[in-house]
Amino acid sequence: MLKLPIYLDNNATTPLDPRVLEAMMPYLTDVFGNAASRNHPFGWAAEEAVDYSREQIAKLINCDPKEIIFTSGATESDNLGIKGVFEMYSQKGNHIITATTEHKAVLDTCKHIEKLGGKVTYLPVNEQGLISLEELEAAITPQTILVTIMYGNNETGTIQPIREIAKIAHSHGALFMTDGTQAVGKIPVDVIADGIDIMAFTAHKMYGPKGVGALYVRRKNPRVKVTAQMDGGGHERGMRSGTLNVPGIVGLGKACELAMQEMAADTARLSAMRDRLERELLTLEESYVNGSREHRLPHVTNISFKYVEGEGLMMGVKDLAVSSGSACTSASLEPSYVLKALGLSDDLAHSSLRFGLSRFTTDEQIDYAINHVKEAVTKLREMSPLWEMFKEGVDLSKIEWAEH
Amino acid sequence: MAYSDKVIDHYSNPRNVGTLDKSKKNVGTGLVGAPECGDVMRLQIEVDEATNTITDAKFKTFGCGSAIASSSLATEWLKGKTVDEALAIDNMEIVEELALPPVKIHCSVLAEDAIKSAISDYRVKNGLPALELSHH
Repeated sequence: MLKLPIYLDNNATTPLDPRVLEAMMPYLTDVFGNAASRNHPFGWAAEEAVDYSREQIAKLINCDPKEIIFTSGATESDNLGIKGVFEMYSQKGNHIITATTEHKAVLDTCKHIEKLGGKVTYLPVNEQGLISLEELEAAITPQTILVTIMYGNNETGTIQPIREIAKIAHSHGALFMTDGTQAVGKIPVDVIADGIDIMAFTAHKMYGPKGVGALYVRRKNPRVKVTAQMDGGGHERGMRSGTLNVPGIVGLGKACELAMQEMAADTARLSAMRDRLERELLTLEESYVNGSREHRLPHVTNISFKYVEGEGLMMGVKDLAVSSGSACTSASLEPSYVLKALGLSDDLAHSSLRFGLSRFTTDEQIDYAINHVKEAVTKLREMSPLWEMFKEGVDLSKIEWAEH
Repeated sequence: MAYSDKVIDHYSNPRNVGTLDKSKKNVGTGLVGAPECGDVMRLQIEVDEATNTITDAKFKTFGCGSAIASSSLATEWLKGKTVDEALAIDNMEIVEELALPPVKIHCSVLAEDAIKSAISDYRVKNGLPALELSHH
């Protein structure tokens, strides 16, 4: 029997894999030591677990275990990476380049940098959600210390040309950082091959626990340093103080290990399921996929249904847990700034649904979702005066609407 | 957002969805709102000219659950009322009946505007002056 509502909001967070929980359990109970306690076996056991996690993570992203800085999650990692570079490299320059479709953890941190006197360039994206490499190169100045562009977008799944971006940044002597929150554990991310100097990511988007993440900080070619943003005991090579969240870190390590083992199989299964969902929903007239379909995370699709209002649509698909309009600010009625950056009108941005599949999504759930969304859209269109006008061939842009 | 049971009922089982023949002289049509504001309501009334009574009402709404419910409720209330009685419908009655929260009061205002706009259209078609429509 299908359990409702069906969870298809896995870009917001994923369920904890039972195998991750199992790995964490001892560290929530018997093995409770502080990883910084050097004088007794309680501390040693905790430190050993943390070091093992570093190795598991390092294997997944092809780095050295020493290059992993544990944090509370991707937002903290983004803050530490950007603010840390801005402070550490202030002698070299004060200019940072990012994109308009980044997560708020990056955009708001960049706004903060501007208040501190830094200069930030926000690159636009095309209708596919991709930045232009020419515009990136043109934006670089001798003052540019950092280029930070996300790996895969949280709303559309669009994957940026990371390797090319890294090459351009490096050729001008700037560091390259990426917010890998949605990509790590889902697609192959290799910090060496990709040319990544700094990368933020988190456990709870890859079947790990909430409240733990990491910042990858390159140690050679070049050796990168970030100024700590929190003062204290000098943990994590002095870059992030605070007692380590040992059970969380163990969970993140296990989640990375599982991701490595299951990525190929998960990708094949999820992209087939996602493509079926998308294909079926696109049989509805006037429905459009947002973002690149070619360069995209395997488990995500974002679709707009024209002539249907977003809030009404959300009410109509109450048996599905999905996101609409804006992924992280769903409490407000503002249309998604990511979709608007792709050139969507307000109404089309409002009437979008984001589907994020997971390792635990079943074909039966996708069948249900397809029928449920089709029914809701069809019903709302039958009720929509705009749909009727569209069907009669009325040009809606030529109507003088009585604004209220 | 938590919707009231009455809003959910009107959303799930909307009353009087449809279209009346706007070429008929005794049919008045009101189209209010704007797509970029997230709500468009079209409300139509059919009037028995002999008794000045509304015999039928239909709506179509592009909008949230509260906007759909407000217009659905309006059509229920309009049927059987005289045009003058219909003119007296106040948006706050809709707010109360549907238990709309403050952020959704504009949906009831739009429904009231739609009623007045439909009546005005009917009046103009029948040689009467248009209503002074207050734009909220």
